[in-house]
Parts: sequence; structure tokens; C-alpha cells
Amino acid sequence: MCMPKLLLIVGLLWVTQAQAESKVPKLGKPAPKELIARWDYDVFPDGTGLPEGQGTVAQGKLVYQQACQSCHGVEGQGGSADELAGARHGLTDNPPDKTIGTYWPYATTLFDFTRRAMPLDRPGSLSNDQVYAVTAYLLYLNHIITADMQVSAKNLASIAMPNRDGFINVYAHEER
Amino acid sequence: MNEQQALTPLAAGGLLDRRAFLQRSLSFSVATLVSSEALATPENGREPWMEKPGAPFSNYGEPAAHERHVIRWTMGNDKALGNGVSWTPLQNLEGIFTPNGLHFERHHNGVPQIDPKQHKLLIHGLVNNSLVFTLEDLLRYPMHSCYCFLECGGNSNAAWHSEPIQTAVGYFHGMASCSEWTGIPLKLLLDEAQVKGRAKWLIVEGADASMMQVSIPLDKALDDCLLALYQNGERIRPENGYPMRLIVPGWEGVLNVKWVRRIHLAAQPVMARNETAKYTELLPSGKARQFTYVMEVKSLITQPSFGYKLPQPGIYQITGLAWSGRGKIAKVEVSADGGKTWLEAELQEPVLSKCFTRFRIPWQWQGQEAILQSRATDETGARQPAREHLLAARGQHGYFHYNAIVSWEISAQGEIKHVYA
Ligand code: HEC
Repeated sequence: MCMPKLLLIVGLLWVTQAQAESKVPKLGKPAPKELIARWDYDVFPDGTGLPEGQGTVAQGKLVYQQACQSCHGVEGQGGSADELAGARHGLTDNPPDKTIGTYWPYATTLFDFTRRAMPLDRPGSLSNDQVYAVTAYLLYLNHIITADMQVSAKNLASIAMPNRDGFINVYAHEER
Repeated sequence: MNEQQALTPLAAGGLLDRRAFLQRSLSFSVATLVSSEALATPENGREPWMEKPGAPFSNYGEPAAHERHVIRWTMGNDKALGNGVSWTPLQNLEGIFTPNGLHFERHHNGVPQIDPKQHKLLIHGLVNNSLVFTLEDLLRYPMHSCYCFLECGGNSNAAWHSEPIQTAVGYFHGMASCSEWTGIPLKLLLDEAQVKGRAKWLIVEGADASMMQVSIPLDKALDDCLLALYQNGERIRPENGYPMRLIVPGWEGVLNVKWVRRIHLAAQPVMARNETAKYTELLPSGKARQFTYVMEVKSLITQPSFGYKLPQPGIYQITGLAWSGRGKIAKVEVSADGGKTWLEAELQEPVLSKCFTRFRIPWQWQGQEAILQSRATDETGARQPAREHLLAARGQHGYFHYNAIVSWEISAQGEIKHVYA
């Protein structure tokens, strides 16, 4: 339940909404490009926002063993944190197996999330190349790319995920 | 209504007219039960704490020493203590607002210790003016209050399990809390940045170690979202987003980004991990519901509930909470016979949109086995579903957005169990 003070003012003093809005102090300062570039970590499904860099499956395996395995287990299974690979069955089984390979619709999400949030105990400690590499390794473990592949700013967005069309946009279907 | 009518059950199982509490007869029956032991008193009539000066003033008050058991239950990951949740103890609380120290928490990587002087808010992307605000700037803006519930999309997820969990109501439905949030309408800040026509989404990000981010439709942001600085009158607590968080009234908790520092206007959603891998609901068909923002109509009985024992037959107040992300609660019906008959409960004023609503109804328990349930309907006509209907529509592996009717079984001894009925 929201009661905008603006409305009260309108009611009490009989000023218009426009006048009330002109009372906003407008204290925002122009944001330097440099600041935006440093802060913006968003990577979109079409690849917008991906930084320069690349990494191979083999490099990613090393990153994974050093920075991820303690929580996510050997080859993405059996750790204390979410399983990252190794689905034994599909989404219609009971119980369903939701992993990167069976469930995630976009490969870019894996890069985005790993770069911003992982490793959980030292977020921000990996270089972009290392994030590309571990992304490649996880895609490999999920049978999405082959062992000899490299992942980079150029090809990540075009890697097709098996569950790409698995989602129903409920908001778009709502009557408003 | 005379007293006799008031005490005549209006529904099977002993539910009484909701106005019956106003009748004197109800309080009488309680008075006769007080034992002589409970009435023991010192000879001079002064209890020990009445014979010496009391404690001095305190700079910030705390709950009574005898109420220290009223706590959030926390569940963190062993290897990552800041990853997990804590629940509001709904079973111990009354009224509609949650004390700040008992508001539920969901953190992905702990509570950041933010220096408010260093914290900034950036608005950028599809805007004419990319802007940065300091907290000092923001405190000068016109503010308003939202009285609204916040509920995690994963609240009540234990109820999807095949066996009913036996724990207090707050410890499986308590990822829901309600506060007065005060801050700046997001629209004012977006207007200042001048959003471009192509922008349809906001990507909102927090300043926590996981840089938690989600996509929010621009329509909603312009409609009623708030950049909140205050919670129940005081500055937001660290675990609730100090120094600023987003409030997205009626929509799932994860969108109410805490410690918010960046708002990115975009033409498309970012498809973050927390709107794809998580906070989506897998259906039996193998497809998953995504962007299921609204927290649908829901209610539950907080008293009597699991963990209590009815001491003896007599009159009890059944009370609980109802809420809907679509608007006001229109009515709450209560059943004492597992849903065969229903009677409307009293809704305590104020009944506010997208806010907790407290309901109450008197009940005469005659020592029989009973199943207590509540069922809410909101002003759009949406009614809380029976569990079997929810499961028929969604299957058992959706995990998020559970809003079915909650059932408490009372044994002949007055013990209370959680059941699926
Ligand atoms: C200290 C333990 C820890 C380490 C080390 C760690 N993670 Fe995680 N990871 C977690 C936890 C806990 C979660 C769940 C986070 C949440 O609840 O938001 C998680 C979640 C994830 C997820 C999302 C899983 C899903 O299904 O939603 C991915 C992907 C991931 N981690 C990748 C990595 C990678 C890659 C590394 C190494 C670079 C790594 N993690 C290192 C603990 C860890």
C-alpha cells in the first residue's frame, strides 16, 4: 500500500502534479564514463557487455580445481554448493535434474554470474580470461562444447544451450 | 446479537460469529480458569520489582529478557556462512508489522558492511542523463511510505514435499514480513535521468559480494517502486539493505534488491542467474514459468498453530495473516472441519493493498479432533487454492510461489500437527 506524499500535497494545497514534481531537487551528477565502465558487469544474452578475453576447456579445468572444486565438487558434482554438471536424467523426470546443461537457457548467464559472484569466498579474484576458461570447462562438463574448444567474447553468445526454449514468460502473458 | 446467539457455532467444528469477541460471556469463561497459585501475591501486595527503582534509560531498546526466545531461525551454508536464509517467527508475532530485527533474510553472500559516505547510486544505460547520487543527495528528495509485505519467491517451499513438515509456521512460511518502507519514488529519479523510449527494463544490482542483479519491467518501476531508505521509521538495517534498497510492492522478494547501487536501463532483460536458473518454476511438462513476479493471494493461521497445545476445551481466538500481491484482501474464511464448512473471519483495520492483513475469528473447541484452515480472497477475486489444486496445476517441482491453504490438525489432547488436508 503506497500513499504518495505528492498526492497529499495535491489534495491539500491544490497544486498540480507538475508543480509538485518541479519541487524535486534534481541532485544527480553526470556519471563519468569511466565509472560506468568499471561498474557495469551486465552481460546480456546477445553478448552485449562481454569483456575482451578468452579461455580454453583445459585452462578452465585448472581454474575450476583451484577455485571452485572445494564447494562444487569434482567435475561439478557432490559438493556442498549447487551441482554444476552431471545430470543423470531430464526435466520431466521425478525428481527432475536441473543443471547448467539441462536447465540454463543462456551461456552468457554462466559468464555473467561467475564473474560477478564466484568464487563465493573470493569474488572478483579471477581475471576475465580465467572466467572465460572456467565457463568453457563447465560447458564442456555439460556436454555443450567439446574438449578442444576455446570460449571468448566472440563466440560465447552464439553457443546454443539445450533448454533455450524451455521458458514461458508469464509476465508477458499477464493481462494488464 | 444476544449472548446465546454469539456462542452458537455458525459452522461445523465450533467456529463462532466473528463479532462474538465483543460479547462479555467469552471473557468470563477464561476468568473462571485462573488457578489460585497464579494469584499468589506478597503480603504487602508489591512484587519484587515494585520495591526498588527500575532500570535506567537505554539508548536503544531491546525486547524483554523473557522474550529472547522470539528469534529468526537462521539456516546458512556451512562452507559459506553468509549464504542462506532466516525466517520471521510469525507464530510469535501479532498485528501486521514485523519488528526490524525479525524481518526475514535471504543473502547470497552475506551482509555487506557499507560505508554510507562511500556508497553511490548510478543510473545509466538507455537514459539521456547518466547520473550518480550520493546518500546525502537522496535524503533531500521528497519521500513517501509504502506499507507492504515482502515475500521471498521461495517462501513455503517445504510445502511442496510429499510429507508435511513438522515445524512452527514461521519456520517454513516466514520468508514473509511486512513493514512501512519510506523512501523516494523511483519514478522521480528515472525522470531526472530521462529514460529513452527504447528502454523497457531496469537491471538493478546490489553492492553485496555477489553483486546480486535482476531485471524489472520499466512499467512496474514507474508505477509504484520505491528506493527505500527507512524501514519502520528508522534507517534500514544492514541485513535489509542499508543504506538503500528497492521496494517492488507485491512482487517477489528477490526483485527488492538490497544495497542497491546500480540501475541499468535496457531494452531487454539481462537473463541473470536469479531469473533463469533460480526463481523460475519447472512444470511437469518440462517447461518452466519465468518472470512470475506477483506474489499471489495467501493466508495462514498463526495461532493456534504447530508447537502449541490447547490446554483444555474452551474458547480460542483463531488468528492469522493474509496478503496478496494484486491488491487488498477482500475476505478470509476459516474452517475448523478440514474445509467442509467455512465462516468469514473479521479483518482487522486497516486493510491495505499489498500489505499483511490480520484476521481473527473465535472458536469453541469441545475437545474433538479438528482441522483448522484459512482461505483468502483478494479484491481481484483471486482465491487461495487448495494444495491439491496447486499441485495439479504446477506439479511438485516448481519450488517457488507456493500459496496453497495451510492445515493444522488438532488432536483430542489439543496437540497441533501440520497436515495436508
Ligand atoms: C566457498 C564456496 C564456493 C566456491 C569456492 C565457489 N562457489 Fe559457486 N556457489 C557457491 C554457493 C553457496 C552457491 C549458491 C549461491 C546462491 O545461493 O546464490 C554457488 C552458486 C554457483 C553457481 C550457480 C548455480 C546454480 O545452479 O544456480 C555457479 C554457476 C557457480 N557457483 C560457479 C562457481 C565457479 C565457476 C566457481 C569457481 C570459480 C565457484 N562457483 C566457486 C559456493 C561456492
